[in-house]
Amino acid sequence: MEKVNRYDNRLGILGWAFKGRWGFERYLYILHRLTGLGILLYFLMHIFVTSFRAMNIYLWAPDNFFHHPLFRFGEYLVFLAFAFHAFNGLRLIFVELGFAVGKPIEPVYPYKTSLTKQRPLFIVMMVFAAILAILGSYEFVISLGKMVGGGQ
Amino acid sequence: MSNEINVKFHIRRYNPKKDKSPYFQVFDIPVSKGMVILDALHYIRENYDSSLAFRYSCRMGVCGSCGMLINGSPTLACNTQILDVSDKEITIGPLPNFQILKDLVPDLMPLFEKHRSISPFIIRDEKELDDPEGEYYQTPEQLEEYLQFTYCIKCGCCMAACPTLATDKNYLGPQPLSQAHRYNKDTRDSGRKKRNEITGSRDGAFKCHYAGECSRVCPKGVDPAKAVQILKRQLVFEFLHLIKKQEPCQKLHGPGKGEKLDIPEAPEKTV
Repeated sequence: MEKVNRYDNRLGILGWAFKGRWGFERYLYILHRLTGLGILLYFLMHIFVTSFRAMNIYLWAPDNFFHHPLFRFGEYLVFLAFAFHAFNGLRLIFVELGFAVGKPIEPVYPYKTSLTKQRPLFIVMMVFAAILAILGSYEFVISLGKMVGGGQ
Repeated sequence: MSNEINVKFHIRRYNPKKDKSPYFQVFDIPVSKGMVILDALHYIRENYDSSLAFRYSCRMGVCGSCGMLINGSPTLACNTQILDVSDKEITIGPLPNFQILKDLVPDLMPLFEKHRSISPFIIRDEKELDDPEGEYYQTPEQLEEYLQFTYCIKCGCCMAACPTLATDKNYLGPQPLSQAHRYNKDTRDSGRKKRNEITGSRDGAFKCHYAGECSRVCPKGVDPAKAVQILKRQLVFEFLHLIKKQEPCQKLHGPGKGEKLDIPEAPEKTV
């Protein structure tokens, strides 16, 4: 039998976001992964940096490398990632254990899906994440002001 | 025909004998109200290029043959109104996450093999199936537990929309997992344990992280994402021994339950 060529049409990692008209939850899926990777990267860096203490080097001490405003901003981004990842993670725990997706229903057009059913949970969780992010932003702005003003 | 407008169709073409990769070809199609995407594809084949390959059969959203990527959304060509999508330009490609055989025809065999792997049928005692003596008893409430998931037509749209499948070809995907749940919840079935070995494996339900795209694109309202989340709950609860062992429902023997029904003999064969 003649061998037929085929073209592999797998979307790959770009298919997470760009190759289609996708919905809201798909972008949350991507953001959850990205923030997860960001937090993991921070955690690895944190272990690496604090391990310098064994050599009596304190990189996080005042006037040292990690007190540059750029690193403070990076730390702030990690905090924002944490706020989103934590509360979206809670939503996912509820949803992935089937508690917020509703019961099976007769599919009558226009179809209602579990996506709309879990959306109130999403809104509540994102409000919590926003409150945490605002509180953290306040703390960040104060500490940045002190640094720029030469306080600490 | 009156009230016609011209719509540009960007069709993704691929001939395995000539092309190394797919490319787009543009066709101008006169469109009137009521025309579906499948009509436009037929128009192209009849008037421009008879070599255009696409799969279709029933033309009424039942067979699931004509799934394709229409303006970035996997859906059925036969029940998508052209003017609902756009009155200017429409892009049509084969379903992603499958290999392309030719033009708009994807190879759906991986879907069918994964579907087969979860034993998509009622599993009972073989003797009972070979020698049926009565109907299986099931309440309307028990039917509602899985009825929504029986409407799957295996068009592959959910598999094409799944972001996890986009990067991991071993993942079972929304269609087989929702069908596993459909049979697990059927009270006539006793094959849940067998299916759990597949659905609870590393390529099973726990790779789903609820992007929800499968439910959004499903042309039959099956809501595979819902089925997969409930399936995950059952797998967790079963692992923690929080689910009662489910016995398959008993047969209903009509009035006088427990007695053999008076089943009439089949008529004599005429051929």
